[in-house]
Amino acid sequence: MIDADLKPPPVLHPGQSLESVTNQITGLVMPRPIQRTWIIGFGIGSVLIMVLGYSVCWLISQGVGVWGINMPVAWGFAIVNFVWWIGIGHAGTFISAMLLLMRQDWRTSINRFAEAMTLFAVACAGMFPLLHLGRPWVFYWLIPYPNTMKLWPQFRSPLVWDVFAVGTYLTVSLIFWYVGLIPDFATMRDRAKTKPAWLIYGCLSLGWRGASRHWKRYQTAYLLLAGLAAPLVISVHSVVGMDFAAALVPGWHSTIFPPYFVAGAILSGFAMVLTLAIPLRAIYKLQNLVTLRHIDNCAKLMLITALIVSYGYGMELLAGWYSGNPFDSFVSQNRMFGPYAWSWWTIMTCNVMVPQFLWFRSIRRSVPTMFFICILIQIGMWTERFVIVITSLHREFMPSGWGAYEPTRFDWSTLLGTMGFFLAGFFLFIRFIPMISMSEVRELVHTSNGGRHEPTDFEPKYVD
Amino acid sequence: MAAVTNPLILSRNMSTEATPKPPDTQHLYGLAARFGTPQAVLAAARTINQHGYQRVEAYTPYAVKGLAEALQFHATGIPLIVLAGGLLGCLGGFLMLWYANVISYPLNIGGKPLNSWPAFIPITFEMTVLGASLFSLFGCLALNGLPQPYHPMFKAPRFELATQTDFFLCIEASDPRFNLAALHALLESTGPIEIVEVPW
Repeated sequence: MIDADLKPPPVLHPGQSLESVTNQITGLVMPRPIQRTWIIGFGIGSVLIMVLGYSVCWLISQGVGVWGINMPVAWGFAIVNFVWWIGIGHAGTFISAMLLLMRQDWRTSINRFAEAMTLFAVACAGMFPLLHLGRPWVFYWLIPYPNTMKLWPQFRSPLVWDVFAVGTYLTVSLIFWYVGLIPDFATMRDRAKTKPAWLIYGCLSLGWRGASRHWKRYQTAYLLLAGLAAPLVISVHSVVGMDFAAALVPGWHSTIFPPYFVAGAILSGFAMVLTLAIPLRAIYKLQNLVTLRHIDNCAKLMLITALIVSYGYGMELLAGWYSGNPFDSFVSQNRMFGPYAWSWWTIMTCNVMVPQFLWFRSIRRSVPTMFFICILIQIGMWTERFVIVITSLHREFMPSGWGAYEPTRFDWSTLLGTMGFFLAGFFLFIRFIPMISMSEVRELVHTSNGGRHEPTDFEPKYVD
Repeated sequence: MAAVTNPLILSRNMSTEATPKPPDTQHLYGLAARFGTPQAVLAAARTINQHGYQRVEAYTPYAVKGLAEALQFHATGIPLIVLAGGLLGCLGGFLMLWYANVISYPLNIGGKPLNSWPAFIPITFEMTVLGASLFSLFGCLALNGLPQPYHPMFKAPRFELATQTDFFLCIEASDPRFNLAALHALLESTGPIEIVEVPW
């Protein structure tokens, strides 16, 4: 037995009961809360979706020339944004799958909205390569299907691996999210006050009634899904890394890319989780469920992944110098002192220096500071992808083939538009779906109370 | 008690003790007890199981550890289904790649062999995960008999609490040992909040 004062701080604030968590979480959806913050947030998202629609229509009618891409820099913002968005998605799966397998029960309060974040982020990511195709309406040529042209995709190309990786990732994330939601939809059905709500949540719950045999099969299936999703999340960004590493371009052709991409993805993903969690817990008064311990733990994971990413930056410089390859060492020089030097120094600041503050516990537990750090890290991670894509391509081997890249306003409006898509989708999610897994928090209430249904006998160490 | 749970002895008991059900249980789906704590429902489930009842089910707002086992439910059958899905995805995925690149549309890429299997691994892996995940979802739903829009338990009084705060234990009327009066007394001894009859 462990002494009471050696126990880790409780995940939930003490004094929660099955009734209180059920009331609190369903209360966010039913009865309908009229909140100005929601209307403003959803409104901004909707306006930006219109910006996205306009940008996409203009792109399709005029061709990809409306973007800033040109011959040396053919990838541009589309691929920068793709890698950034899909990286953000990774934290959702990491929280739900990896931490579930490692029995980190603190994940319970944040996994639902982290998974929703994954789905919307992957949807945003998926748009970019499709739009970048130039003829997005024939995107299905990427998928193997029996066709009259008697052609198959070129399966030895990492770009085709990407289609499978991202497609599988979206499908599995959706399955995982939905399976987790089934018991909560049943709760919503049983609390529904109106016939349409009862009908809709009833259909979504598939007639779940919480039978113990069902729970047993459900838990086995959920655990197996987690076991499948955990290597999947590693594979997805590894494949994205291989999109670059399989090319011969200096600055891309490196074996460190897959792990370095995965660490960067998890770093930006956790930054996004906190960027969403910090305002949500304040607006919806969830401080008793999403506690400082959650923010603290996410910050520690960010620190670790930031250190891995920093190691990646260091290795790139070392490889440039140690390989003796003039093209490789030129890439390092060009990144640090070339025309895009501002971007390289931005990532050094945001991804290497800023995360060092996370060593300090007082900073990890200061909510406004954490919010600010998360925003900086997201800017840093977006810039990192900018550095990888743009600075490598714009000066490759032959100086006669060098060029420059400048994003147009349609590059920016498309990026902004997908942010709106993400925002609006997320606001719809928090409006209609319980944003915290009730069935899992109930179990946590049970274990947090030491297996007894009475308040704990030790005070929480950290109350905000 | 152990002898009672032996199915052979139980069936012999059935043949000697089986009496026609009283008419008032004809319209019953079962007798359910409502509990306020997971410990209570777990203890009651053990008691009911020890008395040899077989058609028993508990309904809980979250997965109570040990409850399914207390009701003699051990093997879920899910892992084998997921394994089958994974194997199907793995073999199907690899065969598709091999057929496309070796048989249907041989394409020389950088002088590599047509069956360059290392390059097929990522897609094979993704198809394995996809197959296993789809089988896991649909296998779990199929074994649980979901979607099932109607179930007699939904008519039990206060059953809406089973997905929120309370724990139900229901002994179905189709159980060979089902006897309303005896069962009522037995359930009463386990200390429920209330005991309700569940109509068909």
